[in-house]
Amino acid sequence: MSISEIPFQAIASQLLLGLVNGSFYAILSLGLALIFGLLNVANFAHGAFYMLGAFATWIGATYFGLGYWTMLLFAPAVIGGLGFCIERTMLKPLYKLDHLYGMMLTFGLTLLLEGALRLFYGVSGQPYNVPNALSGGIDLGFMILPKYRAWIVVISVIVCFSTWFAIERTKLGSHLRAAIENPRLVGAFGINVPLMRSLIFSFGAALAAFAGVLAAPVVQISPLMGSTLVIVIFAVVVIGGMGSIIGAIVTGLALGLIEGIARVIYPPGSAMVVYAAMILVLLVKPAGLFGRET
Amino acid sequence: MTVQLPSMSAGVAAVTQVANSTVGLLIMLALAICAPLFLYPVFLAMLLCFMLFACGFNLVFGFANMLSFGHAAFFGWAAYTAGYVLTSLGWPTALGVIAGALAGGAIGLVIGLISIRREGIYFAMITLALAQMMYFIADQSQFTGGENGLQGIPRGELLGLDLSNDLVLYYVVLAVFVAAYAAIARIVRSPFGQILNAIKENEPRALSLGYEAKHFKLLAFTLSAMFAGLAGAMKSVVLGFATLTDVHWATSGVVLLMTLIGGKGTLIGPIVGAIIMVTIDNYIGSAGHLLAGITGLDVFNQLGRSATIVTGVIFIFCVLALRGGIVMNIQAVLNRVSKKRPSTL
Repeated sequence: MSISEIPFQAIASQLLLGLVNGSFYAILSLGLALIFGLLNVANFAHGAFYMLGAFATWIGATYFGLGYWTMLLFAPAVIGGLGFCIERTMLKPLYKLDHLYGMMLTFGLTLLLEGALRLFYGVSGQPYNVPNALSGGIDLGFMILPKYRAWIVVISVIVCFSTWFAIERTKLGSHLRAAIENPRLVGAFGINVPLMRSLIFSFGAALAAFAGVLAAPVVQISPLMGSTLVIVIFAVVVIGGMGSIIGAIVTGLALGLIEGIARVIYPPGSAMVVYAAMILVLLVKPAGLFGRET
Repeated sequence: MTVQLPSMSAGVAAVTQVANSTVGLLIMLALAICAPLFLYPVFLAMLLCFMLFACGFNLVFGFANMLSFGHAAFFGWAAYTAGYVLTSLGWPTALGVIAGALAGGAIGLVIGLISIRREGIYFAMITLALAQMMYFIADQSQFTGGENGLQGIPRGELLGLDLSNDLVLYYVVLAVFVAAYAAIARIVRSPFGQILNAIKENEPRALSLGYEAKHFKLLAFTLSAMFAGLAGAMKSVVLGFATLTDVHWATSGVVLLMTLIGGKGTLIGPIVGAIIMVTIDNYIGSAGHLLAGITGLDVFNQLGRSATIVTGVIFIFCVLALRGGIVMNIQAVLNRVSKKRPSTL
């Protein structure tokens, strides 16, 4: 079957779906890249934070009657706080050791968090409705654009680029970049690098939770939803390289789109696309597309 | 310092000697031979498979400090390969297990070639992602049985020995394990093992001495994958099935934890770790019921369903407080004891 035989509408809807997935990739890989850059931790628990965000949304609605918009702010705040505590109590003692221990610790955390939610809610997915204001779609003439999916893409792009702006164009961001470059020297200038680390981990966790809230109405909310995703995000991060914030965002969005295209051409292969891209990048440019050679 | 140092290293050497001595190994072997008197042989045979898996994993993680998060791919695909050739092609058991080990090694070679291009955390992330790709392939392939996996893999026979007898099976697996363990110990102590150690301690220096670090790492990784494959292939013969659990990332995590809890970079650490983890996994449910019976608290009845939580907690505990592993900590305690003694030695 060649592409020309597939109805345009199907292609458009797959591309939109790809863009939606790409938005999640972008937010998650952005947070992961920030944490990796400053803390040298490959945060396996990033997927668990994303899952907690989605679960918090569902729990808020089911037990406390809190709506989508409340949770969109509340869930990242709570999980950001959790991230802050985790960094202070568990990750901090590990910085002076081999960086691999950070990844192992967050792996253990993932098992703990997933196991705890599985104990209470099982593995079957929980449904969550699209908020009223964003239900339904807009007729574009050639296709119906579901409002909620459009919202995901728009808000994700806004969040990603605000983060980029904050890091690349503000005073705080320049301190942060300096701290990534040379933590000891920046510390000598009187900047509180340990606090910066805690805040960045907390912010990364909050970003992941934010993505989780965004995903709640469009996925099955299950304790296992995060860990499979975080492996894809690791691959995205390897592809993008650690050179720039913009790299994480662009790579995330692009891979989502490429996955969407693959789903049109050869559906069973769509799950492989990210990994195939990773292998290709490693063979051609091991430092990653936006990475610097070290 | 100069006075303390010799006695300390003498203590370490003494304990290491005991642990590695022929006597120590013979005691362990005697225990292994008697074990079926007390425990179910199939459980023990499965335990041996996981011990071998952990020992193979330790070859890269412990002795070359390369954190592979992808060893489930070698273990699981070897289990599938052995299961497939034994069930569908009717190969003899020995050939099936060898085919599994070779499949593990071959996949290890390919994944190694790609992932060794990066180091440290990147290496861990890449092996994890590539193993996840192998998981997807296993999930979608016909010959792996997809969601159901391969069931009813025949045990067959070996050199006229009927492996369907649980006890015979256990002793055959024990023999293979002992041979593989001896091979791993030999590799670690060989000149190749010494070079690996040099690369682990100081890669630029090893490079400047003319050792092509990447080649040595790749060989170590492939060998490690082959041992993991041997373990996986034997596991599918012992239990008679190969499923997606074997290739899942959680299995890579479990083998990592076994090695970590026992002691990375020690020969017997992974064995101790595997015993602890497999025992916890198998008996946590009944232990919970027992505790609930004693204390009258219903919470403990849930323990069987929370094996993941327990694994996670142990993981966190090991990383924060027990990084050297149990074996190293026992050695450290022994050293402290021996240091307090008047130095008559």
